[in-house]
Amino acid sequence: MSYNLTHLEQLEAESIHIMREVVAEFDRPVMLYSVGKDSSVMVRLAQKAFAPGRIPFPLLHVDTGYKFREMYEFRDRFCREIGAELVVDRNEEAIAQGANPFELGTTRCCGLLKTQALLQALRRGNYDAAFGGARRDEEKSRAKERVYSFRDRFGQWDPKNQRPELWNLYNGHHAPGENIRVFPLSNWTELDVWLYIYKEQIPIVPMYFAREREVVVRGEQLIPLDGEARILPGETPEKVMCRFRTLGCSPCTGAVRSQADTMEKILEELMVARHSERITRVIDHDRDGSMELKKREGYF
Amino acid sequence: MAVEDAPSGLAAAELLRRHDGADLLRFLTCGSVDDGKSTLIGRLLHDSRTVYEDQLAALEKDSRRVGSAGGAIDFSLLLDGLKDEREQGITIDVAYRYFSTPRRKFIIADCPGHEQYTRNMVTGASTANLAVVLVDARAGVLPQTRRHSFIASLLDIGHIVVAVNKMDLVDWSQSRFEEIRAEYVRFATRLQVRNVHFVPMSALHGDNVVEPSSNMPWYRGMPLLDHLETVHIASDRNLIDLRFPVQLALRQDMSFRGYAGTLASGILRPGAEVMVLPSRQRTRIRSVVTWAGELEQAFPPMAVTVTTSDELDIGRGDMLVHPQNQPRVGQELDAVLVWMSETPLDPQRTYRIKHTSREAHAEVAEVRYRFDVNTLHRLQAETLALNEIGRVRVQTSRPLAFDPYRRNRATGSFILIDPVTNATVAAGMITDRETDDTGEVSDGGAPGRRRRGAGKPQVKRRASRVSPAERAERLGQQPVTLWLTGLPRSGKSTIAYALERRLFDSGYLAQVLDGENLRLGLSDNLGFDAPERRENVRRAAHVARLGNEAGIITIVALVSPAQPDRDAAREIIGAERFFEVHVATPVEVCEERDDEGLYRRARSGEIASFTGVSAPYEAPRSPALVLDTTRLPVADSVARLIELLAARGALRR
Repeated sequence: MSYNLTHLEQLEAESIHIMREVVAEFDRPVMLYSVGKDSSVMVRLAQKAFAPGRIPFPLLHVDTGYKFREMYEFRDRFCREIGAELVVDRNEEAIAQGANPFELGTTRCCGLLKTQALLQALRRGNYDAAFGGARRDEEKSRAKERVYSFRDRFGQWDPKNQRPELWNLYNGHHAPGENIRVFPLSNWTELDVWLYIYKEQIPIVPMYFAREREVVVRGEQLIPLDGEARILPGETPEKVMCRFRTLGCSPCTGAVRSQADTMEKILEELMVARHSERITRVIDHDRDGSMELKKREGYF
Repeated sequence: MAVEDAPSGLAAAELLRRHDGADLLRFLTCGSVDDGKSTLIGRLLHDSRTVYEDQLAALEKDSRRVGSAGGAIDFSLLLDGLKDEREQGITIDVAYRYFSTPRRKFIIADCPGHEQYTRNMVTGASTANLAVVLVDARAGVLPQTRRHSFIASLLDIGHIVVAVNKMDLVDWSQSRFEEIRAEYVRFATRLQVRNVHFVPMSALHGDNVVEPSSNMPWYRGMPLLDHLETVHIASDRNLIDLRFPVQLALRQDMSFRGYAGTLASGILRPGAEVMVLPSRQRTRIRSVVTWAGELEQAFPPMAVTVTTSDELDIGRGDMLVHPQNQPRVGQELDAVLVWMSETPLDPQRTYRIKHTSREAHAEVAEVRYRFDVNTLHRLQAETLALNEIGRVRVQTSRPLAFDPYRRNRATGSFILIDPVTNATVAAGMITDRETDDTGEVSDGGAPGRRRRGAGKPQVKRRASRVSPAERAERLGQQPVTLWLTGLPRSGKSTIAYALERRLFDSGYLAQVLDGENLRLGLSDNLGFDAPERRENVRRAAHVARLGNEAGIITIVALVSPAQPDRDAAREIIGAERFFEVHVATPVEVCEERDDEGLYRRARSGEIASFTGVSAPYEAPRSPALVLDTTRLPVADSVARLIELLAARGALRR
């Protein structure tokens, strides 16, 4: 008996520890559920953390109304099957005023439909801790984020004044109105997430698997036409074998050329991947340091 | 080759096996500002192919625009994530990086170098198994090098790699490398680091980072990455002391009640008897439950849920331990504190302490001294300001179950939280109470008794003009106390006197403090109830301490039945020179050996408070040695004790 845990088992144990700390120390935790693969992994970890009991907090989906149809279908089925409490919240005011990325640009559209919507939803639910699936390997400014990320009453992150975070002793103390974003997957990489999904056979949205889709090629992005994306003058739809590495809003999420139509093939593809996953997110490329700016304002 | 080639078409099962079988090494990188830390990490990521093409393209663009490598790729830009940092060219906060090889997954905590960010470095160091300390080959060992190494040793990082960088700028000179190595070793002998390794390299050119250097054929060791892949860390874990802090009680319907937590140390098995601290109730582990099913055993750092065979009141903050191996439980602890707030430590204030899963109020009752982190000198201090590190005594509103940090990171660490701002203001590492450099023992003895003499204005401690080192030199021995505890007639005195004879014959100087002899003189005014037994132990401890201060190895043979009394003796004598030895003879055997009829008279009630019959005996919870006299002849017991003394460096001849 070697008494050694593999790296995935160590990551799993760390994440479970974090979730249990939050449930023990906060009054109203919630898990932000984005329907993506990282959310699927977080939900499985929560099931493990509280087994044989049920997940002791709701899943909150901050919806923009622009997600892919397959995402909504998956979300409703998945939550029903595991018996989780699902809360869906949207910035109805902005949606009623017709907020969309075509006229507002992605920065303002995200600001209204994601950042504002999230802050409203957290306030409405009176949640004092919100789990998010963000990982430090995703993007430069995320590399510095704590596991417990303190937010003031306006939901803002102050990257230069973060609480020191030592050992596994997390400090969840906060004043009323303030809250903590908690990132139990902080130390996971994209490959770790996929390995875990494969090993644990965790259900994910079928969009992650390659199939022939109707898209337009826009720069380096493949824009799928089964959502809300619009064809620009001069573009012609074509059928391309492709898949999604991340799932976002349909007008702003690109697919990548891929033949990976099974888990095994996705893993193989990742081993030789030469591009980071967020390259398919239009929003990350808006401005230098754009993710940090969004996060300071309250984006996840 | 260390870096992974991922041939396409490799079966997923094979990839999974490779990656899933890998273990995890967390390391931090530190060093002076311009030692090339970011360049080194960038090089590790790049050469291990963790940098994606789009990131590389962005990096090339940034390098041309703001880079400091003259248009060539500036790897440091890959790392400094916050806008301010990129613009100021410094690293403010810890950034975490990830890369992997088929052997290991790595988490790098990239720590800032400036003294003003000491707290950030401590943050990064708290979870690390290994530290890479960068040294600029031109500059050699700088104050920052010493400070970072000191912090790494305080945080008990067992493995340090000194990366002597920029060797290209000293013409790949072996003599320069050896000079730096010698200088570092001279300094590091004062630190408690188990394993120091030196690598000459050029991060800029990639020499000895991932690939061996052809510029330094005189270096026969491994490149940095090979060392990181193979350094043995599994034995750094504590599998001996069972410590299971309960995070929360889980209930499901009426049918299930379990206790969830992360195993801090030791092995947990169904059927094991456990004690709940601080209540000291006992029960057995009924099952170890996970989502995947029940386990035969759990080991650290597994996150599990346990059920017990009795319905006890167990909740968050309690700790399950083996009854025969307990941590200290108390409301007062000695610790090294790193102050992390702009507002200095206020000894009048009440803070919150978070220790394992338990919170309490805490006051810093005393700042004993602070360290000059550059020279390691001890300075007098009343308080601690931002980034200062000192030795303190902390008092808590609730009892905590704790171990020394060096024995157990998880149960030896804590944080202090400001109750008004809610900020984390300090990191604490619990220490044994020990003698300091002058041979002076810190506050010992039971509370209330401690300052009886100190409070009297006419009493002042006088210092000897002969140092402990001089005595050790003359006598050829390091004075320690062997504290033999056990039931009456268990064989303590016989072993003690045999050992004394053996030591004397070998040229050492030892003395025996025998319990019965003490009762005939020094303690002839004491009885046998608990308070008077405690006083008897206290007197014996002070005599042992005086003996040790005179350079004499002292062997105490005393029933001393209460663990707290022996703990007090440990504090009086000094933890590093106190060895508790359990002479573990079963009561039946002791009774058989008893030719004076003491046990018979105790059983008839003629002798009151007789240990083993009418008064309890608490076996040592973590003895340095257990002697089973039913199996060991006296000579073998003596040999075991000699081995113990030799192993702890007491015998120098």
